[in-house]
Amino acid sequence: MSGVAGQLFAGLSLGSILLLAALGLSLTFGQMGVINMAHGEFVMAGAFTAYVVQQVISDAGVSLLLSIPLGFVVGGLLGVLLEATLIRRMYHRPMDTLLVTFGVSLILQQVARDVFGAPSVAVAAPAWLSGSLRLGTVELPVGRLFILGLAAVCVAALAVCMRYTVLGRRLRATVQNRDLAETLGISTRRSDRTTFFIGSGLAGVAGVALTLVGSTSPTLGTGYIVDAFLVVVAGGIGQIKGTVLAAFGLGLLQATLEYSTTASIAKVLVFIAVVAFLQVRPNGIYAVRSRSLA
Amino acid sequence: MSIDYLEIQGLRVEFDGFVAVDGVDLTVMQGDLRFLIGPNGAGKTTLIDAITGLVPATGSAYYGTHNLLRRKSHEIARLGVCRTFQTAQVFEELSVLQNLDMAAGSGRKARTLLRRRRSVPDIVQEALETIALTDHADQGAGSLAHGQKQWLEIGMLLVQNAQVLLLDEPVAGMSAQEREDTGQLLRRIGQERTVIVVEHDMDFMRSFANSVTVLHAGKVLSEGTVAQVQADPQVQAVYLGHAGTEPVHVTDGADRSETVNKGRP
Amino acid sequence: MNILTERPNAGASRWAGAIPASVFVVLALALLVGAPQVLSSFRLSLLARFCCYAMVALGIGLAWGRGGMLTLGQGLFFGLGAYLMAMHLKLADAGQGQVPDFMLLYGDGKVPGWWEPFRSPILTLVAIPLVPGLVALILGLAVFKRRVKGAYFTILSQALAAAFAIFLVGQQTTTGGTNGLNGFRSFFGYALNDPVNKATLYYIAAATLLVMIAGMWFLYRSRYNELLIAVRDGEERVRFLGYDPANVKVFAYVVAAVLAGIGGALFVPIAGIISPADVGVLPSIGFLIGVAIGGRHTLLGPVLGTIGVAAAQNTLSESFPSFWTYFQGALFIVVVAFLPGGLAQLTGTLRRRRPASTASAAAHNPTPARESTG
Repeated sequence: MSGVAGQLFAGLSLGSILLLAALGLSLTFGQMGVINMAHGEFVMAGAFTAYVVQQVISDAGVSLLLSIPLGFVVGGLLGVLLEATLIRRMYHRPMDTLLVTFGVSLILQQVARDVFGAPSVAVAAPAWLSGSLRLGTVELPVGRLFILGLAAVCVAALAVCMRYTVLGRRLRATVQNRDLAETLGISTRRSDRTTFFIGSGLAGVAGVALTLVGSTSPTLGTGYIVDAFLVVVAGGIGQIKGTVLAAFGLGLLQATLEYSTTASIAKVLVFIAVVAFLQVRPNGIYAVRSRSLA
Repeated sequence: MSIDYLEIQGLRVEFDGFVAVDGVDLTVMQGDLRFLIGPNGAGKTTLIDAITGLVPATGSAYYGTHNLLRRKSHEIARLGVCRTFQTAQVFEELSVLQNLDMAAGSGRKARTLLRRRRSVPDIVQEALETIALTDHADQGAGSLAHGQKQWLEIGMLLVQNAQVLLLDEPVAGMSAQEREDTGQLLRRIGQERTVIVVEHDMDFMRSFANSVTVLHAGKVLSEGTVAQVQADPQVQAVYLGHAGTEPVHVTDGADRSETVNKGRP
Repeated sequence: MNILTERPNAGASRWAGAIPASVFVVLALALLVGAPQVLSSFRLSLLARFCCYAMVALGIGLAWGRGGMLTLGQGLFFGLGAYLMAMHLKLADAGQGQVPDFMLLYGDGKVPGWWEPFRSPILTLVAIPLVPGLVALILGLAVFKRRVKGAYFTILSQALAAAFAIFLVGQQTTTGGTNGLNGFRSFFGYALNDPVNKATLYYIAAATLLVMIAGMWFLYRSRYNELLIAVRDGEERVRFLGYDPANVKVFAYVVAAVLAGIGGALFVPIAGIISPADVGVLPSIGFLIGVAIGGRHTLLGPVLGTIGVAAAQNTLSESFPSFWTYFQGALFIVVVAFLPGGLAQLTGTLRRRRPASTASAAAHNPTPARESTG
C-alpha cells in the first residue's frame, strides 16, 4: 500500500505545482483568451525574486514569507506592463498574441541570463520546511506539503475574489459581455488590466514556490509553460474548477506512468491521454456551451 | 422531380436545462413558402439550427427518407437541406464568383479541387444573373453592400442545389425595394422547392407568405394562412399586437409573455 | 466571362493567386547558378541548410497563412524525417549487418528491431515523406474531426513537439539521447567529406525546394486554395456548404508535415547532425519567425523570410550571441504586432494604395488603419 500512497502523494505534489503554474493562465488564457507565452518567464521572475530577497534577508524563513507577496507583485507588474504595451493592441488577434509574447519571453530570458548568469542558482529553504512528515509508512516532505497548501490557498483566494467581491463581478461581467459591461459603466480596460495583474501575479507566486523544489535558472519557465497550457486546455476554458481537476489529474497520471515506465515515456503518454480526452470532450472538462456560431 | 417534403415530429432542443424547442411538429410541402414567426426566444433559429445539425436535438426531422437529426451538418447540406444565417455569412476574402463556385462544388472530386477553375460553371453563371451580381462577380464579397451579401447567400443556396431552403431573417436591414425584390425572388425559387423563412418583418410576411407557423416558448402556437393566423386570438395575445398593423389590444400582454418566457417572473 | 476566369487573383483575393512566373525564374537562377558562383563552399553548405528550413516554412505558409492553423509543432515532422535519414546513414556507415558506433558505446551492442528496416535505402526514401505524413494524418483527423481548433490546436501541436524532444532525450541507447545522431561518413555511397559531394548536396536541396515551390504554386491557384481560405475565415459556414472542413484542414496539415519531413531528411547529411535541440519547442517556434517576416499569406515570403532570418542569425549570433536573442525577440514583437502581413505587406502597400488585409485581422477587424502605417 505504501507504494500506492507514495505515488498518490507524488502525483498530488506534481499536480499542485502544475496548478500553481496554470492557475494564472486559466485567468489570462481561460478568461481573456490571451495566449501568453511569457507566462513561464513570469514564473521565472518570481523565482528570481525569491533569490534576490534572500540575498538581502538571509533568514530563509522570513525571506520566503516575504517573497510570496513580492513575487506576486513582480509577476503582476510585468503582466500589466505587457498588457498595456502589447496585448491591449491585439485582443482581436489571439494567435498573433502568442507569437508576440514568445518574443517577449525570449527577451526576458536573455535579460535574466545577462543579470543573473546562465548557470542556475539555489534558494535555501527554511529549516522548518526541510524535514518530512511521517504518515504511516509514507514520508511526506514538508516542502512539498507547503506547496500543496499554497496552491490550495491561491485557488481559494481566487475563487472568493471572483465570486464574492465587486472586483470579481466586474471581471466576470467584462469577460462574459464586454459591450454590455461597458454600457453599465465598468471600465473594461481596467478590468482587463486587473485580470492580467492577478493572473501574472499568480505566476510569480508559482515561481517562488518552485525555488523550494529545484534550482532557479533563466530557462525555468520554459519547462512548465507547455504543461501549464495543457492543463488549462484539458480543464476547459474559463473554469477554475476545471483547471484544478485537470492539474491534479495530469499530475497523478504523470506520476503513475513515471513509476511504471520512464519520465520521458510518461510525458509522451500524458500528451496522448490529453488528445484522447479531447476526443471525448473537445472543450475540456467543463465546457461553456453557447449557441453562437463560433 | 420527386415530391419531397420536410416533416418534423416531436423536435426538442435543450440547453443545460433550458428547453428552447419543446416538441415541435411541422410539415412543409414542396412549393410552399412557409414563414416561421414568433417573439424573441420562441425557438425559431434554434429549430433551424437543429434541422441543420448545429445543435443536438431529439425527435425526428425527415427529408424524404433521411432523418436529418442523425446526420452531420455537411451531410445534411449535401442532401439539399441548406440554410442562411441571421447575419449574412459570406467569405469576405474571396470574390463573389469564388463564393458561388465553392458553394456549387461540395460534390467535386479531390482531383478537380486541386486544379484551377477553367471556366465558370453554368449553374454559377445562372445564379449570378438571378441574384443580379453578374457585374460584381469579380469583386471581393467583403466590399458588397449589406443587401447584396444577403443575396449572395441566397445565390449560394441556389448553386448548392438546395431543395429545402432555411432562411434566417433574409431581409433584415434591407430597403423597401430590396425587400420587394427578395420576396419576388423567394417566390420564384420557391415554386419547385421547400422554403422556410424566419422573419420578424410582418409586412414582408403578409406580402409573400403562402403559409405561416407561429412559434411561442418553443411550441407551435398556430399554423395556417396569413389570414387564419392573424385571426387567431392566441397569436394576437402573444405576438401580433406587437408589430402588426392590426388593431393593438395586447401590447402589455406581449411584453409580459416575453419576460415570462425567459424564466424571470 | 473569360476575363473572370483568366484572373485568378482578382479582387480582394489578390493574394489567393500566384506569383508571376518571372519571380520564380529569378529565384531559380539565383539558387542554382548565382549562389554557387558567389559563395564559398562553407557558405554554400549553410545556404543548403537554410533551404531545408525553407521547406518547413513553405508548409507552415500553407497551414498557417492559408489555413489559419498556427502549428507550433513542425519540429516533430522535421525531426521524424531527419531521424529516419540519420538512422539509415548510421546503419549504412556501419556496414551490412554491423552496429552503429554509438550503440556500441551506450547500448547493449544490438540494433533494435525497429531500426532494421532502415538499412534499405529505398525503404528509407519511401518512409521519409510517408511517416510524417501518416503521423500528421492521424493527428489531424483526431484533432480536426473533433473540432479542436484555434488556440487548442496550437497548444496541442506545441506539446507534441515538446513530448517528442523529451522522448528522444530519454532514449540514449536507440536515438543517441541529447547528443542525437551525428558523425555520418557517407550519403548513399558518396563520401560526405568530399567537397564535390557537398556541393551536390546543395544542388539537391535547392532543386528540391524549387520543385516544392512550383508544386505549391499550382496548389495556390487551385480551387482547394479558395476552400482552405474559406475554412480559415469561416469554418462553420463551410460546413453548411456541404464540405467537411476537417478534411480540408487535414490535407494542408499533411502537406506541411511531408514538406517538413523532407526538409529534415536533407538537413541531416548537410548539417552532419540531428539532435533533440533541433526538433523541440524552440526550433518549432523558430520556424515561424521567417514565415511571419516574409509574409505568411504569400508563396515566396515564407521561403525568403526563413532564409533571410537564418542568414542573419548565423552572422549575428556568432559575434553577439546575447544581442541576437534580443533581436530575435524584438523581431517577433515588431513584425507580428505591427506588420502582420510581413515584409510582403510593405511591397503590397507600395504597389497598391489599399493595404493588404491580413488573415486573422480580416476575420474580425477589416484592415485597421494602423497596419498600413506600421
